[in-house]
Amino acid sequence: MFWNVTQSLMEGFGKTLEIFALTLLFALPLGLVIAFGSMSKWKPLKLVSKGLVWVIRGTPLMLQLIVIFYGPGLIGSWASQLESTNPLIQWLATWECFDRFTAVIVSFVINYACYFSEIYRGGIESIPKGQYEAGQVLGMTKSQTFFKVVLLQVIKRIIPPMSNEIITLVKDTSLARTISVYEVIWNSEIFIRTDGLLWPLFYTGLFYLIFNGLLTVVFGRIEKKLSYFKA
Amino acid sequence: MAILEVKDIKKSFGKTEVLKGVSFSLNEGEVLSIIGSSGSGKTTLLRCINFLETADSGKITVDGDVIFDGEDHSKKKAKETREKQLKIGLVFQQFNLFPQYNVLDNVTLAVKLKAKERPDYKQNKKQILAEIEEKALKLLSDMGLSDKIRSYPCELSGGQQQRVSIARAMALEPKILFFDEPTSALDPELTGEILKVIRELAKSNMTMVIVTHEMNFAKEVSDYIVFMDDGVIAEEGKAQEIISNPKTERLQAFLSKISD
Repeated sequence: MFWNVTQSLMEGFGKTLEIFALTLLFALPLGLVIAFGSMSKWKPLKLVSKGLVWVIRGTPLMLQLIVIFYGPGLIGSWASQLESTNPLIQWLATWECFDRFTAVIVSFVINYACYFSEIYRGGIESIPKGQYEAGQVLGMTKSQTFFKVVLLQVIKRIIPPMSNEIITLVKDTSLARTISVYEVIWNSEIFIRTDGLLWPLFYTGLFYLIFNGLLTVVFGRIEKKLSYFKA
Repeated sequence: MAILEVKDIKKSFGKTEVLKGVSFSLNEGEVLSIIGSSGSGKTTLLRCINFLETADSGKITVDGDVIFDGEDHSKKKAKETREKQLKIGLVFQQFNLFPQYNVLDNVTLAVKLKAKERPDYKQNKKQILAEIEEKALKLLSDMGLSDKIRSYPCELSGGQQQRVSIARAMALEPKILFFDEPTSALDPELTGEILKVIRELAKSNMTMVIVTHEMNFAKEVSDYIVFMDDGVIAEEGKAQEIISNPKTERLQAFLSKISD
């Protein structure tokens, strides 16, 4: 039995890790784009970025999952019923549902990119103006100043809030089951229903604990590595 | 011929007119101190000359080259502005060293980045970098920091940090070096070491403009002193004269307040 449970949970946790890794892969850079958007001097871009962050942070991830999974398909069928010749409507009529896993990744990426963007923004705006000014009077370009001077200081400052958010992401992956993407908790729940076993749930908790423990160690290492300077 | 010529610089922030038309000039190898109470516009003047603020009108010429002209509204290329920027150096009140780089890298970072633009950079990379390093080491030893080249800014005292920042500015070989209250962020016992460095620079005929509160030092090290009050130059003249024998009431009032 133990072996059966282990195998099933490993499978489920594989899905969890997949969601985790893909979300990070896309949300980390997308967050930077949104952060620059919300710091932009160009009002419309700033407004759109801030509006997006407001909506995404202001509504539950579970709701976003459902909307992103069902939304495109519903819009598609509504548009095709109109039988319009308008090219926009025709284009909308081609919309279909994402497959379940893609819908999970899209929702998670958008959601986490918004949270990351606020952390990035906080980090970037906390760097004293004098650093930029020093770069400028030393004849460095704006991008040289950002990449060679500011960036590492930003990274140092955002490591603690980022590690917080990333550990939350590990646990949030369990929301994928809302749209029937089966991850580790779903798999362990099956044992309650079919075999009346409770311990696989605690076993599942152990999976999370160990993985988050690993992440904590990794972030601790990075923090230590950057502790050689004060910023 | 004047190496620095500042003509009728005006600058407002919103409705507050901070500079109401400031003109002065400076010859090569001379030292000018700018004194005045806070809010008199001296720091804004410095920031306008260093491109950290854009003046509303006026003209600034360095070494015969117009670096700013309020009449000229054509779009400047960023690269052109950077070239002009490099003619002048600035030492900040708060040092603004780069915390993640050690002392040597702080001094060489901008110089190395600039060297990359040289056409022969790829061929002579090793030699160019070695020369830059050698020059930086020389500057740091002049500043008395030879034993600190691998230290990080957070491991240095304020006075040492300020000396690094002076070396960093000097590494780019500016025609004129500006100081924005270089000792104001330092404990009194540390100001001496900075003043000593500036004195040495003056001896080596470096052209300098110093915004300072250290009256005695200004009197000793500068050739000329400009007294700013309420956005204009209220009095200017030879250093000894202006401090010992102030003509305007405002300068007399300022000097007696300071000596209290």
